[in-house]
Amino acid sequence: MIRMSRVALVLALAACSGAAPAADLSLSVEIPQLPVAEYHRPYVAIWIEGADQSIAANLAVWYQLRGDHTKWLPDLRQWWRRGGRDLKVPADGLTGATRPVGQHLLKFDAAQAPLAALKPGQYAVVVEAVREVGGREAVRIPFEWPIKAAKRETSKGSKELGAVALSLNP
Amino acid sequence: MKILLVVALTMLTPVISQAARPWLLPSQTVLARSGGWVAVDAAMADDLFSFNQGAMPLDSLAVVGPDGQPVAPQNLAKSRSRASFDLELRLAGTYRIAVADDAVMARWEEDGKPKRWRGTAAEMATGIPANATKLEVEQTQRRVETFVSVGSPSALKAVSGSGIELVPVQHPNDLYAHETAKFRFLVDGKPAKDLEVEVIAGGTRYRDSPDPQTFKTNQDGEIAITWPEAGMYWLEVSLEDEKATVPGVKTRRASYAATFEVLTQ
Repeated sequence: MIRMSRVALVLALAACSGAAPAADLSLSVEIPQLPVAEYHRPYVAIWIEGADQSIAANLAVWYQLRGDHTKWLPDLRQWWRRGGRDLKVPADGLTGATRPVGQHLLKFDAAQAPLAALKPGQYAVVVEAVREVGGREAVRIPFEWPIKAAKRETSKGSKELGAVALSLNP
Repeated sequence: MKILLVVALTMLTPVISQAARPWLLPSQTVLARSGGWVAVDAAMADDLFSFNQGAMPLDSLAVVGPDGQPVAPQNLAKSRSRASFDLELRLAGTYRIAVADDAVMARWEEDGKPKRWRGTAAEMATGIPANATKLEVEQTQRRVETFVSVGSPSALKAVSGSGIELVPVQHPNDLYAHETAKFRFLVDGKPAKDLEVEVIAGGTRYRDSPDPQTFKTNQDGEIAITWPEAGMYWLEVSLEDEKATVPGVKTRRASYAATFEVLTQ
């Protein structure tokens, strides 16, 4: 009997999601391999920027967690200026360790935090990276909210960031 | 002993009265929320920001934290061409680092020889002899500042109500290249019109000319500066009037200088 109801619940959920598939925003961020003698993984901030350049939603902040290395967060200078300086780190579901070279995929449900709070309007996803003894770079991909049609936008960094792709699924 | 002291004073005085640019140079102006240490150099040198002339005396150094409480400078050191100190900043918000004094300067002749003296208003009676001839006395109000913020910059208010003060409309730790910042200047606590403000970018030794930008304060005491590029900038404004507050003194000279870091976009 217990088993039966569990199956029923799963079926019901499947039916639900079938009727209204959850909209999402997914992002692929490439940290490029660099031909340098001294390499450190970059600090990266990813956020949604409002039309006035304020932070509408923080999506991810990657920095060195071991030791007190929050000292270098202001080097993510655009993020820092726009609101990173008001953020208490570490923050649940937002901050994490630095990532290695390669593609990193992030996915956010439109019905959940932090996207659920977005008001309709023009936004941009910003990916900013800064590397110890290296440089800084920010890549922006504009988009409109809420998601009306499936869309894929790409951009590319020139040094500190590789390909960045934004996929919007209504 | 007394002769020695007089000699020492007369040797010191020209350094103070020379018009070398006074500046405080912090090692950084923006710190993460966890706070940390900042080192500050203090010098009087025309080349911005090369400490190649004289050290700035730090007798009237005062550092005020975001909570309004004083912060004690540490590792204070004075070398020939600069003074320096460390600050440990733990509270989030803005720290005002200021060297400010209110003094009296006097020139006169005694037995046909030129003399000069500098001290506080209270010391005037003992500092200037009664038989001084061709006596010229003036009050000098000097303020040299810089600002450092931990995390988000916090509001800055006027502090003294005397001399020239800066009340930023745009926070001095929130300045960016190609953007325009408004600053308001007060004289004796009131917005001051028609003050001439000079702004010079650091690195003057690597340019043919200092290339100052000059501004005149409007009726609200405000100027609007558009920063041509990122870097350290030095600002100065001064005035001379007949509004001395020391009894028996007519002329007052007030000056304000500050160092700002303009950040990249």
